[in-house]
Amino acid sequence: MTAVTTQPKPRKSLWARHKIFETHSIVLILGILIVVSIGGLIEIAPLFYLQSTIEKVSGMRPYTPLELAGRAIYVREGCYNCHSQMIRPLRDEVERYGHFSLAAESMYDKPFQWGSKRTGPDLARVGGKYSDEWQLRHLINPRSLVPQSIMPGYPFLAQTELRYADIATELRVNRASGVPYSDEMIANAESDLRTQTDPDSSTATAFAARYPKAEIRKFNGSAKEITEADALIAYLQVLGTLVDFKLYDNKANLR
Amino acid sequence: MAPDLEKPAVDAVTGTPTTGHEWDGIQELNTPLPRWWLWTLYLTIIWSVGYWIVYPAWPLISSHTTGILNYSSRAEVGEELAKLAALRNTQAAGLAHASLTEIKASPDLQRIALARGKAAFGDNCAPCHGGAATGAAGFPNLIDDDWVWGGKLDEIQKTILHGIRWEQNPETRVGNMPAFGRTGMLKREEIAQAVEHVRSIAGLDVDKTVDLAKGKEVFAANCASCHGEGGKGNQELGAPDLTDAIWLFGSSRQAMTEGLINGRGGIMPAWNGRLDPVTIKALTVYVHSLGGGQ
Repeated sequence: MTAVTTQPKPRKSLWARHKIFETHSIVLILGILIVVSIGGLIEIAPLFYLQSTIEKVSGMRPYTPLELAGRAIYVREGCYNCHSQMIRPLRDEVERYGHFSLAAESMYDKPFQWGSKRTGPDLARVGGKYSDEWQLRHLINPRSLVPQSIMPGYPFLAQTELRYADIATELRVNRASGVPYSDEMIANAESDLRTQTDPDSSTATAFAARYPKAEIRKFNGSAKEITEADALIAYLQVLGTLVDFKLYDNKANLR
Repeated sequence: MAPDLEKPAVDAVTGTPTTGHEWDGIQELNTPLPRWWLWTLYLTIIWSVGYWIVYPAWPLISSHTTGILNYSSRAEVGEELAKLAALRNTQAAGLAHASLTEIKASPDLQRIALARGKAAFGDNCAPCHGGAATGAAGFPNLIDDDWVWGGKLDEIQKTILHGIRWEQNPETRVGNMPAFGRTGMLKREEIAQAVEHVRSIAGLDVDKTVDLAKGKEVFAANCASCHGEGGKGNQELGAPDLTDAIWLFGSSRQAMTEGLINGRGGIMPAWNGRLDPVTIKALTVYVHSLGGGQ
């Protein structure tokens, strides 16, 4: 390699000052941090203080302990890899899935399950669309009901007993990140989880008062004990059903 | 040769000018981005300024800039849906006002109802009843004329509107096959006898070792109130006809015994509210037309 001997004369233009970044890694890192935080401050921070980010709706409540446990299974099994939970404000989507999703509807989701990959259909409003029995059989073997489905079966969910000894802690963690669980909800988390699967329970009324509109029944009819399928189906059956769209002001929430 | 301080040095091997940066004897060649590429980048930056002016862009203290177009994706989808509804209403104004029998009687209305019903069926009903409406175990076949809750137009419409055993809907259809075995209403032996009696009236093979006369007694005392003396069923109560060859949960001895032990009670969601009334009318006509409408 022939060495080149010339050094250019240092220029005073601002554009020529980049040498300091290229020769000092700490300065470069600081520069990167400043540029990235400008992006964050302008694009992310306003979403936390702007009143218009989250719509005013009635009906939203935190997930019941059973639904929350179901949500954990949804995340554990990676359902979000194929199913989104966000109906976009596009005509075809609203036609197929129902009212477009609102920010308010996922305000108690930590983290949200919006997603953008739809190998399967969107699930934002799947609650109440099918019966528990359908959900159960579909989870066990999707092709027994929808022959062309490519969804894997999850037969073990219906047989695996739900472990929920730490459900109160889970509620507490959600509260720490902003979900308004009350002390009463946390204190009763374990019993509330059992109550939701047992309509004859003496605590059903207190449970229903804590979680309005929560459905109380045995979601997995094939097992006596509380299974993972109970939790997951309870979660699926509540998706998109909480906001009362009769009271929702579409005009006030145009974005 | 004296170094030229005005012009950067040129690398002798490639003939490319260098940037003048040198680290440990390694020099950086100066190969700038192509002009056209650079100018495209500058143009996109200029374009973005135009975008900020026209569309919602910048967050402010208590709101955000709305842009001179006042664009809103939610308003836009609202308009598109309104346009679609208007278009459909011109096509299907008749559907909203006509009764189900009137729709059925008019070829024009029927054609629109069938097209609309077919689309709604695919989105909402096919997961349970199948794409071809042939059903699955526990989810009735809709193309035959064996109806659990009735196959007349208004009966089908009621089922779609209010669902079956759908507790959230006060007008839902209710009727329960009790869990005769689990609750101890019948002994295991009596269940076996009842099963063989039902098999005999249904024309299925019968286990001759079981006492059929006893089975008939058990049937008369426990089953006939809903399924009828002859086992012909009762659509008012959602009690299926037991004498035909159509079995919602299967006709094996095991499936029938299981039904008697644990009871049966399929659930269908209510669609009132989820689907608009005209779509439900269209669905009714569509399901009625599938082959078994009465």
